Amino acid sequence: MSILIDETTRVIVQGFTGDKATFHAKEMIAYGTRVVGGVTPGKGGHTHLDRPVFNTVKDAVKSTGAEASLAFVPPPFAADALMEAADAGLKLVCIITDGIPAQDMMRVKRYLRRYPKAQRTTIVGPNCAGIISAGKAMLGIMPSNIYIRGSVGVVSRSGTLGYEAGAQMKALGIGVTTSVGIGGDPINGSSFLDHLMLFEEDPETKAVIMIGEIGGPQESEAAKWVKENMKKPVVGYVAGLTAPKGRRMGHAGAIISAEGDSAAEKAEIMKSYGLFVAPSAAELGSTVALALSKGA
Amino acid sequence: MNIHEYQAKAVLKEFGVPVPRGVPAFTVDEAVKGANELGGPVWVVKAQIHAGGRGKAGGVKLCRTYGEVAAAAKSLLGSTLVTHQTGPTGKVVHRLYVEKAEPFVRAMYLGFVLDRKVERIRVIASAEGGVEIEEIAAERPQSILQQQVDPAVGLQAFQARELAFGMGLNIKQVSQAVTTIMGCYRAFRDLDATMVEINPLVVTKDDRVLALDAKMSFDDNAMFRRPKVTEMRDAAEEDPRETQAAEFGLNYVGLTGDIGCIINGAGLAMATMDMIKHAGGDPANFLDVGGGASPERVAAAFNLVLSDRNVKAILVNIFAGINRCDWVAQGVVQAAKGLRVPLVVRLAGTNVQEGRRIIDECGLPIISADTLAEAAHKAVAASRGGEVK
Repeated sequence: MSILIDETTRVIVQGFTGDKATFHAKEMIAYGTRVVGGVTPGKGGHTHLDRPVFNTVKDAVKSTGAEASLAFVPPPFAADALMEAADAGLKLVCIITDGIPAQDMMRVKRYLRRYPKAQRTTIVGPNCAGIISAGKAMLGIMPSNIYIRGSVGVVSRSGTLGYEAGAQMKALGIGVTTSVGIGGDPINGSSFLDHLMLFEEDPETKAVIMIGEIGGPQESEAAKWVKENMKKPVVGYVAGLTAPKGRRMGHAGAIISAEGDSAAEKAEIMKSYGLFVAPSAAELGSTVALALSKGA
Repeated sequence: MNIHEYQAKAVLKEFGVPVPRGVPAFTVDEAVKGANELGGPVWVVKAQIHAGGRGKAGGVKLCRTYGEVAAAAKSLLGSTLVTHQTGPTGKVVHRLYVEKAEPFVRAMYLGFVLDRKVERIRVIASAEGGVEIEEIAAERPQSILQQQVDPAVGLQAFQARELAFGMGLNIKQVSQAVTTIMGCYRAFRDLDATMVEINPLVVTKDDRVLALDAKMSFDDNAMFRRPKVTEMRDAAEEDPRETQAAEFGLNYVGLTGDIGCIINGAGLAMATMDMIKHAGGDPANFLDVGGGASPERVAAAFNLVLSDRNVKAILVNIFAGINRCDWVAQGVVQAAKGLRVPLVVRLAGTNVQEGRRIIDECGLPIISADTLAEAAHKAVAASRGGEVK
């Protein structure tokens, strides 16, 4: 098992015919992902990478039975693409795009609530590296060879820190069920908490590592939930101990603007809720190993 | 992105928010002329910098004659204001705002933020204003009034009325306050703001509701569709290195340490800086080269980092996903020729073998590292002129 995607998930790519989307769609196909087509408005009826192109997500769903999409859509059109995917009934949309206005994401999140919870689309991202279920399928832009199949779930705001965790674990012979990048924006499609819940339900996942950073209340909320509801061991890490207050550190969401936003405070909260906190980013893998040995 | 008080007031006025009459001034003459235009008897000369706490720092002066206006303008222009928000180096005053003084009987607070927890715009109000909202929230949390805005329908008049009555205003003042609250909300929504703060919102002696101060911040991600807001950018308020970085698609934040950092990914960049601190060093900057780091972009990153004269060593840490190590390596080798400080490079991810080969075979004294920890330790040692291999 794994969460969100596996080798059977039918995937389309929104913005399919663009250069970046083409490059990464090829990588996804090579990894074994079941890419069944794509959407580029105005290019319906064409074929791209030996797969059909559709004008609308609804057309794509109707013809291919797609359940998930990877969205490579520029910021001005991203919110529209996400709402289109939700309305077409996709279960999952992963959006890589960086630079989407926060109020657009706010409206997207509100729009999703039109649908009953059971039918509601899960959005992963924006501004993220995507999702990989090791050895099964990839919905993103990560270097797939740094993950081996195993029993640890990874959920990270930062793409490259997620890679760091994957590579450190691989060096120790520890594999991954699924690695999810929730993205560095202030308003995410889905949160640490959403994915921790899925990992807790997944029988193959034995432990989880959540990699956060400065800004926002998400890490603390997730840690509280772990304490109250989760049986599996969870490793936590928060980047940005050296980040000054009030300055945006690259990610739109990485800014210390309120109490509880700093890395030190979040790490302290994680500790108080019983998470295994990695003392530095060089000890992500070793802390997971520790958690696995104690949690078993 | 932030704008000045006088700009925020001009923006809010267009949305129907009542503000005092005022004139921006860049020189002493303009300040006096402005005071003359506004008419007396009393003016306020306010330093325009992108930081709060100006009043306490002496950046706001009450003047009763043209002579006093001239003297205030002369002392403020070119001076450095240090407030609790500017940092110890302070900010140089280049612009003033001359306003007609408005005697008031009550000071209240009104603020709008993008609340990340509920993912909605939150309106915050308090019957007490003039002091910082954090202070009020800590000392008298019961006096804080709040409303959340449903993005599907926007702020409703009843919500504004609840806030206005909650602030203890009388019926005539309530209708003015509702106009103010709705105007601020529309400005927030229509211009992609992330913060609007009116502190204080006052009731004047002659019973008018007025925004006596105003602050606005905007969502950088939305500026592609807000050209008029972008025009209000004041480059003098920003670190020139950060402005230069943005032109190359880089994210740079200058810090006070001596180890220059060039990293891909914001999270990894922060984690690497933390790692440097962990190893006993101090990072000179945050720098994310972003995805698609071409040799040109890497070269620009080196130039930026080296423009900081405190830098004693550079650490390049690339975990390539969307990037390619061989590309980054080519850029590093080009930039490293004739470098004045030691350079530590750690590459991982896509095309790593090829990238390392380029670094190893270039014949330059580049220090290689395999892991994050090793890279940080070597950079700290190198910055101290120590043995690193």
